Amino acid sequence: MINKVVAGADEAIRDIKDGSTLMLGGFGLCGIPENCITALVKKGVKRLTCISNNAGVDDFGIGLMLQQRQVKKMISSYVGENAEFERQLLSGELEVELIPQGTLATRCMAAGYGMPAIFTPAGVGTEVAEGKEIRNFNGKDYLMEYAFDADFALVKAWKGDTAGNLIFRSTSRNFNPVMAMAGKITIAEVEELVEAGTLDPDHVHTPGVYVHRIFQGANYEKRIEQRTVRPRN
Amino acid sequence: MLDKNGIAKRIAKEIRDGYYVNLGIGIPTLVANFIPDGINVVLQSENGLLGMGPFPFEGEEDADLINAGKQTITTLPGSSIFDSAMSFGMIRSQKIDLTILGAMEVSENGDIANWKIPGKMVKGMGGAMDLVASAKNIIVAMQHVNKAGESKLLPKCSLPLTGVNCIRKVVTELAVLDILPEGGFKLIERAPGVSVDYIKQVTAGRLFADDGAPEMILD
Repeated sequence: MINKVVAGADEAIRDIKDGSTLMLGGFGLCGIPENCITALVKKGVKRLTCISNNAGVDDFGIGLMLQQRQVKKMISSYVGENAEFERQLLSGELEVELIPQGTLATRCMAAGYGMPAIFTPAGVGTEVAEGKEIRNFNGKDYLMEYAFDADFALVKAWKGDTAGNLIFRSTSRNFNPVMAMAGKITIAEVEELVEAGTLDPDHVHTPGVYVHRIFQGANYEKRIEQRTVRPRN
Repeated sequence: MLDKNGIAKRIAKEIRDGYYVNLGIGIPTLVANFIPDGINVVLQSENGLLGMGPFPFEGEEDADLINAGKQTITTLPGSSIFDSAMSFGMIRSQKIDLTILGAMEVSENGDIANWKIPGKMVKGMGGAMDLVASAKNIIVAMQHVNKAGESKLLPKCSLPLTGVNCIRKVVTELAVLDILPEGGFKLIERAPGVSVDYIKQVTAGRLFADDGAPEMILD
């Protein structure tokens, strides 16, 4: 079995450079690679292109990288809830490409499946379609959207083993499996790292072949963005 | 005239037994509170869940279990979890029977705008463009006029579009309207106490109401 384990986030991101293109898993603050983000902020790499469904909040997630002006371009589907993001966008410091959420997920999937492009109806007739090839299948128009080309994918899993196999928990799965498949180098941080052979192969969500480096994460905050509850009675 | 819960309650009457339903943020989320007894539906949350349940009891929140509005939620018996690509796969392949979402503008040919106001903050389309491009049955839940008092039911949308020729039904605080295949809003029902004339006055797009329209029955 090939051992994919590295000591921690600093070692895992050692070759992420200024100008790299990164994918970051998560939906809102759920299932984000917290340890990798902290290490990137510490390392201070700049001019990053970040592909991520959201851009964090002011003081957590990708918001921490925005605060340090490390991000040149965000490719996302929804970027509300972040005042610093808004400021950088309006001042022109930050480039933003907004794309439909399903298109974002499927462009990751295409990369992981070795397919150069997909056809989707999302965005036909809107400004998202500008400059894109349109093909008609069975009487309906579809946009051609290219597979992403990312240098690194940073994902967060619940459990992982030394061979890089990953299991996600609940809705923190979201974009993580498709991004894990899509990176030229995929880095997985996990809440619990176990020996290969411990996980039931039938329960593995992401096969280790897609994962290049894995490490045991630490100090997960797992911040809740909207705490909603109902009364007991 | 209906309040937000009234709009949600009226929309809930469109839900049929056995539907898989995607609810957008805002008024659509409230629809879950009014699903009639005896109707079994499965709610999809596009971040990767079928079988969304109510908010958790205090102290039982799970940071790993949220809906597309980033709210803490629960799962129900029979629910399932999947990744974002599969989530939009089931949307694109029309496995979801009904989509309910909000809008800033709807046009008389069924165009919808709900993701961007140029010059102001742009939050993004999230999953809305995927949903409106693929869903077979979409209901828009919105206020009839905007905060400036201008009609949101227009001959043509003025804001950047989310989707083209895709909306067939709109429910507002004043009325239920169908969008006709040949274009135009057809008044189907009026909210209690609201006159046809008033609805005409606040509908900028073509409104067909020649044969009148009954008042809604909510209960």
